Amino acid sequence: MNKIVKYVITDILRNRIIIIYTLFLLASALTVFSLEDNSSKGLLSLLNIILIVVPLVSIIFSTIYVYNSAEFIELLVSQPLRRKSIWLSIFTGLASSLALAFFIGAGIPILLYQANMIGLTMILSGTVLSVIFVAIALLSAVQTRDKAKGIGAAIMLWLYFSLLFDGLVLFLLFQFSDYPLEKPMIGISALNPIDLTRILILLQLDVSAMMGYTGAVFKDFFGTYPGLVFSCAVLLLWIALPIWLSTKKFKSKDL
Amino acid sequence: MKYLASMIVALFIAVSVSAGIIRVGSKHTHKTVRAGINAAAAGDTVSVDQGHYRERNLVINKRITLKGNNRPILDGESKYEIISVFTSGVTIEGFKLIHSGVSSLEDLSGIKVSNSSHVTIRNNILEDTFFGIYIQNGSNSRIINNQLRGTSLEEQRSGNGIHCWKSENMHIARNSISGHRDGIYFEFVKNSVILKNTAANNLRYGLHFMFSNDDSYLDNVFRNNGSGVSVMYSKRIKMLSNHFEENWGDAAYGILLKEISDGTMEGNYFTKNTSAIYMEGANRISMKQNTFKDNGWALKIQANCMDVVLERNNFIGNTFDVGTNGSLVLNTFRNNYWDKYEGYDLNKDKIGDIPFRPVSMYSVIVEKFPVAMILFRTFITTLLDKTEKILPSLTPENLKDNEPLMHRAF
Repeated sequence: MNKIVKYVITDILRNRIIIIYTLFLLASALTVFSLEDNSSKGLLSLLNIILIVVPLVSIIFSTIYVYNSAEFIELLVSQPLRRKSIWLSIFTGLASSLALAFFIGAGIPILLYQANMIGLTMILSGTVLSVIFVAIALLSAVQTRDKAKGIGAAIMLWLYFSLLFDGLVLFLLFQFSDYPLEKPMIGISALNPIDLTRILILLQLDVSAMMGYTGAVFKDFFGTYPGLVFSCAVLLLWIALPIWLSTKKFKSKDL
Repeated sequence: MKYLASMIVALFIAVSVSAGIIRVGSKHTHKTVRAGINAAAAGDTVSVDQGHYRERNLVINKRITLKGNNRPILDGESKYEIISVFTSGVTIEGFKLIHSGVSSLEDLSGIKVSNSSHVTIRNNILEDTFFGIYIQNGSNSRIINNQLRGTSLEEQRSGNGIHCWKSENMHIARNSISGHRDGIYFEFVKNSVILKNTAANNLRYGLHFMFSNDDSYLDNVFRNNGSGVSVMYSKRIKMLSNHFEENWGDAAYGILLKEISDGTMEGNYFTKNTSAIYMEGANRISMKQNTFKDNGWALKIQANCMDVVLERNNFIGNTFDVGTNGSLVLNTFRNNYWDKYEGYDLNKDKIGDIPFRPVSMYSVIVEKFPVAMILFRTFITTLLDKTEKILPSLTPENLKDNEPLMHRAF
């Protein structure tokens, strides 16, 4: 298994796309921090990058990689290797290289300019989001052999998580505004990993505004130890569940 | 006439020269403060040595100076008002007053001054008193450099730190007040100066005043009080260079201005409050050169405010700059620096060429549906905000700064 992981990582790191992605993150993070006169504004721009660009690149790149390695995967399957370990190796390789790319591209500038709780939360969030969207990409890629369909599905999933889901929540909010929605909202936010990480960052970034009644409900939940454990557990579940499902599917898949 | 005046002056000097010093302490004839006060004549100084005195309620009925050496302790044993002053010209300094009684009916205090003028209360420490320093119907008095530390846990069973009722020409300076209900409380207080005080961690308001006209508040710090600062129904107040910090909560405001007219607020700093300023029915207020930094809302200005002028203020790092509840705008925004301004300055006169609208659509939505705060900074809400900036429909069209500054105002 280690051999396959190593092979996948070297293959990805030789790929120009991931290097361009790293450089893009590095360049935008550095410009954002050095251009803005106060670093909190820089953090805000970076927040958008983390919440939008990181999931997009992770999901599309992983999907394309899986489809392009179809022949390689077939070759591996013909060897005396367990399918489970092949699939998990591909996931580990993808996830670790994308997380590494994020850490070098965005993590290092953040550590340089904002080495505090906000910065750390951001680095962790970005890394976790990278891994989650690799897992989701693998799940969507394993469903179909058609590359165009697979990439389309990946784009739709990204659109859903970063845009449509929030639109739906906003709609629900307006429809049910007469009811106390603070607590259900916490549950709903667990349904979208992007939202969950955003709220964790928001609680640090807009702490003053979040101290109003509604914000206080969220703060009381996410800001406390059990809340933090809950959010970490949910984020890990967002990695584990798609991987488990896709592995199951891959095991019995007709290649 | 001139002769008479010099006679009076001479008499005055004679009296002050003849003023004696009465010493109180275990080594002196007068063992208790009460005995010392009884022995004193008007104009005398009662000098109290270090010690722990349980004197029940000390009543001061003559013009004396009560002075503590090495901070003697006056203990109210959680039953009594510690010092009650009923005459003018009294000075109390250098004591530590602890454990006054608690009574909402009688407002038991550490020091209560009734119907007196020219009273000075200086360099005292008050701990665990119900009300701290209580002035009723006083004038020309000075409360300077005292430390008041209450131990109240709930609003109903707590008193105010410095409480003034129906007074004028008060000078309240360099006190620090914590753990009381309101740090400084004024009702019907005129022409007074409140200077360099610190009110922090009080249960309700750091500063609370009503019906108090022509007062000046300078260089004070109000930090982390239950509901911030609340000022109501007052005219011609001046608030300069005060700090309002870390007042967190849904009903907590850096400062709440209700029915305030003809006021001046300049050079104040508002940092990390949920709402820095909440204005309701405020008229003709001039707000210049204030700094709003890292607040949830820098300014909540209700539509019933009129002729409020905001000029050359800095708005930096606030989640929302301005919130309002209607479309009517009778106030002026001019030459402020907004860090969210995205306009340009083609003629390089350091003033932005397009107006800035400080009310973002999302602040309007959050005002109506507070839960929507959970969607703040999502892609979709940013998109909605941008659309609204181009075509205002929900936000008041006239609430704008036509000449926003490109760089910080100061």
